Amino acid sequence: MKKYSVFSLAREALRYHSGWERAWASPDPKAEYDTIIVGAGGHGLATAYYLAKEHGITNVAVLEKGWLGGGNTGRNTTIIRSNYLQPESAAIYEKARGLYEGLSQELNFNIMFSPRGVMMLCQTQHELRAMQRTAHANRLAGIETEMVSPERVKEIVPIIEIDGPRFPVLGGLWQPRGGTARHDAVAWGYARGASARGVDIIQQCAVTGIDRDASGVTGVQTTRGPIRCKKLCIVVAGSSGVLADMAGFRLPVESVALQALVSEPVKPCMDCVVMANTVHGYMSQSDKGEMVIGGGADGFNNYTQRGSFQHLEETVRALIETFPMISRLKMLRHWGGIVDMTGDRSPIIGQTPVPGIFINCGWGTGGFKAIPGSGWATAEMLAKGTPGTLAAPFSLDRFTEGRMIDESVAAAVAH
Amino acid sequence: MLILRCPYCGVDAEETDLAPGGEAHLTRHGPGSDDAEFRDYLFQRRNPRGVHFERWRHAFGCGKWFHAARCTQTLEVFGTYSAQCSEPPEEIMTAIRTRRPDWEMPA
Ligand SMILES: Cc1cc2nc3c(=O)[nH]c(=O)nc-3n(C[C@H](O)[C@H](O)[C@H](O)COP(=O)(O)OP(=O)(O)OC[C@H]3O[C@@H](n4cnc5c(N)ncnc54)[C@H](O)[C@@H]3O)c2cc1C
Ligand SMILES: [Zn+2]
Repeated sequence: MKKYSVFSLAREALRYHSGWERAWASPDPKAEYDTIIVGAGGHGLATAYYLAKEHGITNVAVLEKGWLGGGNTGRNTTIIRSNYLQPESAAIYEKARGLYEGLSQELNFNIMFSPRGVMMLCQTQHELRAMQRTAHANRLAGIETEMVSPERVKEIVPIIEIDGPRFPVLGGLWQPRGGTARHDAVAWGYARGASARGVDIIQQCAVTGIDRDASGVTGVQTTRGPIRCKKLCIVVAGSSGVLADMAGFRLPVESVALQALVSEPVKPCMDCVVMANTVHGYMSQSDKGEMVIGGGADGFNNYTQRGSFQHLEETVRALIETFPMISRLKMLRHWGGIVDMTGDRSPIIGQTPVPGIFINCGWGTGGFKAIPGSGWATAEMLAKGTPGTLAAPFSLDRFTEGRMIDESVAAAVAH
Repeated sequence: MLILRCPYCGVDAEETDLAPGGEAHLTRHGPGSDDAEFRDYLFQRRNPRGVHFERWRHAFGCGKWFHAARCTQTLEVFGTYSAQCSEPPEEIMTAIRTRRPDWEMPA
């Protein structure tokens, strides 16, 4: 892997950019790998990267049915925060946020991490109390957040209307080290790093079946032929139910559409992320100037990567009350992704009922922020054969044992 | 926008008039069941890419619960039927088989 630097940029500028090498290789699949990861989204690629880097395991393939980063990783609104209520969540999301801070340097790839601050608004008395509780929980977990007054919210976010008739701003939970990153770059950076360490990333290769014998998994059937493996890790977000069906088990997961939209670009007007959970609206401004807006998920099972228009309408209608200036903006694009929702709104990282098959899923509407921590913890689990301390609480059997990690009461939404 | 005909009042209800109720025909395990059965009832879902049986409520209409058979891959609706049954009626099964000849009812 040739390092990107100011010198390589200058050298290439002098020779008409003819010497850049491909960021990652596109090998043909081998007949067998030690570990196969299904799904080249952020979580699958980060898992492959940390397997190679932290554990020296490189006889690994990442199989992707489309193009890498084309799933939810390339469709999200890129909010990064770690101000979760439950200690298990705080641990893994804060691990991820911490890794994000140094990720551009580590990957030698600019992922444009921007710790611009995340403001979670409190717009009902109930929400104010819930956020106060979260602020205390964050303090106990060593996560830097603070409750701020409506006036302080207005100072940080001048375009906000704090005296709205229906949803006045009663306060905010401010995480100054939260922010955003460039979603594609996170996938590309991990892919480049994994590929340089010997991992085979195979795109346009859909898994169509899972082979197993009495002792466990033996390989997969793909659109590019059968491939044998000793361990298999399923990391396919919205398609988790389909892959689980191939392997012969069910998951406590349902796939629904979640949408986002961007406005036409305008001059800089908001330099942090604002989340209005009561009305299901999330907004930040991209470097291009577009207002990036996320909404709530649809309520019914869906695999079409497009959602119901009235949800966008609802989101925008509610946000206009809090941000009157956006009423003048035109919508430029909107899109959807299929998110994998669990009953307690927490992810699943762990073993499955089939020996040798591991799963990482259930990130739902909020897994972009978790990519580095989740990849790190999943790699540890694959290397050792059992989950480490970060991943262990998120095992599948928590649904049998009633050991929920309830984040749905905490925010009702993830993002 | 998704449109489902309410089998009770016969209205073609738009999605905004309906409340989704998740997978249909679950076995309701209660007191006395073991942990795995209770998990299956509360959390475990088929979540298929394709034919899906589900519960809906005509929330801003007659207010009644009913069932729908739908395709989660194409958003096609095969039909709606009464809530008073524990499996899809024959005419719904026929409608599905006509349009999805390879489909089999999962175990
Ligand atoms: C509109 C929207 C907004 C969001 N906003 C935020 C946010 O602000 N902050 C945040 O933290 N999170 C957010 N999320 C959630 C976040 O995007 C996801 O949790 C995260 O990207 C999941 O990453 P992943 O790697 O698990 O899945 P994906 O990126 O979806 O990757 C899974 C991959 O598996 C592949 N695959 C599927 N089936 C097969 C098969 N049979 N064979 C081979 N490959 C297969 C898919 O093609 C896909 O590339 C949002 C999501 C959406 C849709
Ligand atoms: Zn009705």
